[in-house]
Amino acid sequence: MSGLPHAVRRYLAGWLQGHGRAAVGALGRLSRTRLASAMTTGVLGIALALPATFLLLLQGVEGVTAEWDGGASLSLFIESGTEESDYRVFADELRERAAIRSTEVITPEAAAEEFSARSGMRDALDLLDENPLPPVVIVVPAPDLDAAGLQALGKELQSLELVDVARLDLEWVQRLHAIMDLLRRAVWLVAALLAVTVVLVVGNTIRLAIENRREEIVITKLIGGTDAFIRRPFLYEGVWYGAFGGLLAALLVEVVRLSLAAPAADLATLYAAEPLLHGLGLHGLVRLLAAGIGLGLVGSWLAVGRHLAAIEPT
Amino acid sequence: MRARRDSTASAGLHEHFLDRIPIRMIQFDHVSKQYPGGFRALHDLSFTVAKGELVFLTGPSGAGKSTLLRLVPLLERPSRGQIVIAGINLSRLRGRRIPFLRRRVGMIFQDHRLLHDRTVFDNVALPLVISGVPHREVGRRVRAALDKVTLLGKERAYPVTLSGGEQQRVGIARAVVTRPPILLADEPTGNLDPDLSEEIMQLFVQFNRVGVTTLIASHDLVLVRRLKHRCLRLNDGRIVADDPGSAYP
Repeated sequence: MSGLPHAVRRYLAGWLQGHGRAAVGALGRLSRTRLASAMTTGVLGIALALPATFLLLLQGVEGVTAEWDGGASLSLFIESGTEESDYRVFADELRERAAIRSTEVITPEAAAEEFSARSGMRDALDLLDENPLPPVVIVVPAPDLDAAGLQALGKELQSLELVDVARLDLEWVQRLHAIMDLLRRAVWLVAALLAVTVVLVVGNTIRLAIENRREEIVITKLIGGTDAFIRRPFLYEGVWYGAFGGLLAALLVEVVRLSLAAPAADLATLYAAEPLLHGLGLHGLVRLLAAGIGLGLVGSWLAVGRHLAAIEPT
Repeated sequence: MRARRDSTASAGLHEHFLDRIPIRMIQFDHVSKQYPGGFRALHDLSFTVAKGELVFLTGPSGAGKSTLLRLVPLLERPSRGQIVIAGINLSRLRGRRIPFLRRRVGMIFQDHRLLHDRTVFDNVALPLVISGVPHREVGRRVRAALDKVTLLGKERAYPVTLSGGEQQRVGIARAVVTRPPILLADEPTGNLDPDLSEEIMQLFVQFNRVGVTTLIASHDLVLVRRLKHRCLRLNDGRIVADDPGSAYP
């Protein structure tokens, strides 16, 4: 600062001092009405923690299902009676195609074995004279193939001579995505509603603070306080509420995560997937705090804009 | 002069406007004030107050003394006519500039209008804080103002623990701490006994001696006459007498 002209330095120092005083003063007032401030902070913390938790859950589920997306495959059921050597050659030829990453052959015997092992219907299968299961070639498409490409590939493989039926194992992934889209929208809607709640709660709290300090505002206007000077401590009050609400929300999110950690881990292992629940992390904490502070500022700004102008010296 | 520049450093444009030494500090030209509903508080008022003058406003209750004082720092705007303060035409002063006008006009009220949850020190410091005076200067100037009204020992007291006369002196210290060129007092001795009233009036006379233009509304005619300053008598919103007084040679 030493390079600046004296007047500018003085102005900057005054500006900083004014803001520092307003911020510390607002903090002091909150600490004097500790119980009321704590209750307001509690409401804000919960209102911020709920959407944050939902969003984290959504993120976790999205992370898990993103892997499943790549797992889409085509099952080619080969005409019954085809010689094993024929469909093995056929599978090898398919692998040459650019759109196909790999193929896997499941012989009727292997299929029967797996079927009986999984379903416990060995006896039913044994009743039959011959193995009813057709040979299957599982086609894993190239990873860069999109849904439309998969459809086209399926249609093309269907038309091949050896193939009886080509089935695309994609529908359940699509359904899952539709459900996720719905959930995502619902979560954001809830988040928006709770954001409005935060704004209203802070706005109402600041409105009460303005009413309580009406005389002080009148006197300050009488002796030449500018609107900015009068507004400032109330805006900082909103900022503090938002910041404390954000911190409390971060704490609540961690509590929720830790108490859900064990069952979530069980669920994740069942699906052999990544961990379902992630912590906020530094990034999330900063965003939660920023959301709290931003909404607190909006709330107090609305209250101040609406109620301060109405107070004039009489 | 240096101190005055300090207190208005952030006011920019207004730094010099009251230093231009206009002969007329306060000028009313055909000023009327009519309230919604038809009540006419002031009726075609014209007068001037020179720089450094002390003028008393007298008259019965409801004569318009308070209304007149309230027009100077634009607590209200006149319905008709124009007011010029230190060369500034108030009808051309935009709303957001009003705080800077009020910083240069010290105001004292009958009911003191102190902040009861703040100490004497904080009450007197408020105008300096508003003007953005640096922290280290505030203490020095607050103590200087409290010294002038002989309340130096009461810095840490709360207004409720003070007597009426002491509270009024805190109000005066707050009004003069920024060294404004104009001082307005509305019934400053209204609730005080004669001895205290005399004491308070002598304070105003002292401030006036160092060049502060002072306007005091009072119904204490005995005291006003004894001080021998110029006296404007109001009745029914009109000036009915302008006694020049003999305090100045």
